[in-house]
Amino acid sequence: MRHLLSCADLDLASTNALLDLAEEMQQVQSRSVKKLPALRGRTVVNIFFEDSTRTRTSFEIAGKWLSADTINVSAKGSSVSKGESLRDTMMTLDAMGVDAFVIRHASSGAAAQVASWVKAQVINAGDGQHEHPTQALLDAFSMRQHFRRIGAEGFAGKKVAIVGDVLHSRVARSNVLLQQILGSDVVLVAPPTLVPTGVNEWDCEVTGDFDTVLPEADIVMMLRVQRERMAGGFFPTEREYTERYGLTPERLAKMKPGAAICHPGPMNRGVEISSAAADAANSLVLEQVAAGVAIRMSVLYHLLGSEEGAIR
Amino acid sequence: MTPTTGNLLITGAKLADGTTTDLFIADGKLADPASAPAGTQRLDADGLLALPGLVDSHTHLRQPGREDAETVDTGTAAAARGGFTCVHAMANLTPVTDTAEAAEYVQSLGERDGHCEVRVVGAVTKGLGGEELSELGRMANSKAAVRVFSDDGKCVSDSLVMRRALTYVKSFNGVIAQHSQDPRLAGPNACCHESEWSGRLGLAGWPSQAESVIVARDVQLAELTDSRIHVCHVSTAESVEVIRWAKKRGIKVTTEVTPHHLLLDTPLVAGYDTTFKVNPPLRTSEHLEAVREALADGTIEMVGTDHAPHARQDKDHPFDVALPGMLGLEQALAVVMEVMVNTGRMDWPTLVERMSYAPARYSQTSTQGRPLAIGEPANITLVDPNARATVDAEASRSRSRNNPYHGRELPDPIVATIWRGRITYQR
Repeated sequence: MRHLLSCADLDLASTNALLDLAEEMQQVQSRSVKKLPALRGRTVVNIFFEDSTRTRTSFEIAGKWLSADTINVSAKGSSVSKGESLRDTMMTLDAMGVDAFVIRHASSGAAAQVASWVKAQVINAGDGQHEHPTQALLDAFSMRQHFRRIGAEGFAGKKVAIVGDVLHSRVARSNVLLQQILGSDVVLVAPPTLVPTGVNEWDCEVTGDFDTVLPEADIVMMLRVQRERMAGGFFPTEREYTERYGLTPERLAKMKPGAAICHPGPMNRGVEISSAAADAANSLVLEQVAAGVAIRMSVLYHLLGSEEGAIR
Repeated sequence: MTPTTGNLLITGAKLADGTTTDLFIADGKLADPASAPAGTQRLDADGLLALPGLVDSHTHLRQPGREDAETVDTGTAAAARGGFTCVHAMANLTPVTDTAEAAEYVQSLGERDGHCEVRVVGAVTKGLGGEELSELGRMANSKAAVRVFSDDGKCVSDSLVMRRALTYVKSFNGVIAQHSQDPRLAGPNACCHESEWSGRLGLAGWPSQAESVIVARDVQLAELTDSRIHVCHVSTAESVEVIRWAKKRGIKVTTEVTPHHLLLDTPLVAGYDTTFKVNPPLRTSEHLEAVREALADGTIEMVGTDHAPHARQDKDHPFDVALPGMLGLEQALAVVMEVMVNTGRMDWPTLVERMSYAPARYSQTSTQGRPLAIGEPANITLVDPNARATVDAEASRSRSRNNPYHGRELPDPIVATIWRGRITYQR
């Protein structure tokens, strides 16, 4: 695999290879000297056209722990406003001899477009409302660890509820694809106004009724609600949203024993997730963050670490 | 460009109705072949079809304003390459064609630089703002003799403004050509046909109903005002149904479909190649099927290319940011042949009606859309119905390269184009 643009680029073998290597990488994180020499001499440019704290930091740490030369470029504000096209911006950086771009952009498809233009390898760190594959991988990594802890076998037959603004969520799109590869049953729970067109073709269950799904779910993944969606009239009030789709303390109590909570962050406490749920013993939120570094080390290593630049 | 009026004898050409004839061109008109003097320059058209020069109802020439993307010279050269002898220059220029002076300026560019006739389309509202009427009457009375008014690129969304415009143009037999797009249902970010594709790709959806609700409103306003409405670039099955209903009621509505909405479908945007970003967006197969059927049965009575050249720097952006639009003039006939004629949906006389007669009638252009008969203007498109080629965007006569057919094998029919007796393109 040359680029990681979408979870559709993965299959079960490559997904498991990424998760397995991430586990080894996580052991490195517990050492006092964390650096591995694997990517010495390779240059990774993290170019973020959109704000990000956790994704950018974890990619930067991942690159540094693998001894890559990691450079952060903040390109906030569209290239249009600077009078330069996205293509020119990326071709300029590419001409400097970069080995890989980690790109975050507010526009869907930006990573795929860049991959079609540059010589460097491209990792999609979130493109608009399209995909965020490393987030789905770190979610799967955290889930896998959780399943092991409770003595459950793998993903097959597990019910993963993804709850909230599916329409605008790149996290949801990547997770649907990856969870299907892993064999779990995905249920999308959302107000009908926030369900993407054509979702019936996604081969997963879709419902507006959180309370029916909740007691059956092995994983409850809460999506962030962006405040600007309210101005768009997708739902009447925050209060109503929380009442119908929030993981409130009452709903927390109705979760199936052994079920866990995920959230990609940043959380709107009190809106889609209550503090009781966010900080609950079965919340994987901080584990997800830690997994973020390990997964990104694994992805960087798989793409850049071998001569072939191939995952398998 | 003043056409030269050398005499020419075209021999052995087949007409759309299947008859074979010689065509003698003298002084820019068709004359009796028997009167051709010995030694007249000859063009052997054995095996070729001679069609009346094609007329495009919908063309963006970009001059004045964006001469880096297209000029009247390059745009009409592309038109000639595509077999056209007349184009309709849309009003979204800089400055906008919303005064008599602006209309006469575009007209003068056509007379000076055109490789075909340039008919000027005026804006419905000042600056395409959708609020105040342009100087519709002064444009009609100007040397450009404007009859078609359109804010194309933008929808006249205010129902009252639309009603006033329809009513006002009646006194000079004008027609309002609407870009049908409800600006709330399909806002500025809408860039992908709302479907499984927009959902998967995370692109803002442009539902087909954002077009058909405006078409439904406009045909009723045309009925209310007893005026003429033209629906630009019809792209959806729902619009076609509304138009059928309106025609049955006797409402004065005409419509056009673009070559790209006949051939290209939504999955082409899956790679986020901005060449395929166009407004209205490429639709799914059931809509393509509906507009093909409507073009065959006359519900849609003409083809308009919506030729929309863009400079590379305006396309090299993320998909939602890049400008919408694609080239169309050079491959228009090829696409209509591929989709409609070669599949047996449409015969050649019907194609002539859709691509020459109907668009000329639409703008009351008496010099165009005429049969190839003695005394008529010598506007002729010579066609080889069997030639095929792979489209190369770099080989275009347009100044721009946003050609959605690049790399596609299509008919390559145009052998020569003759406008006012002068050869404007020859292979």
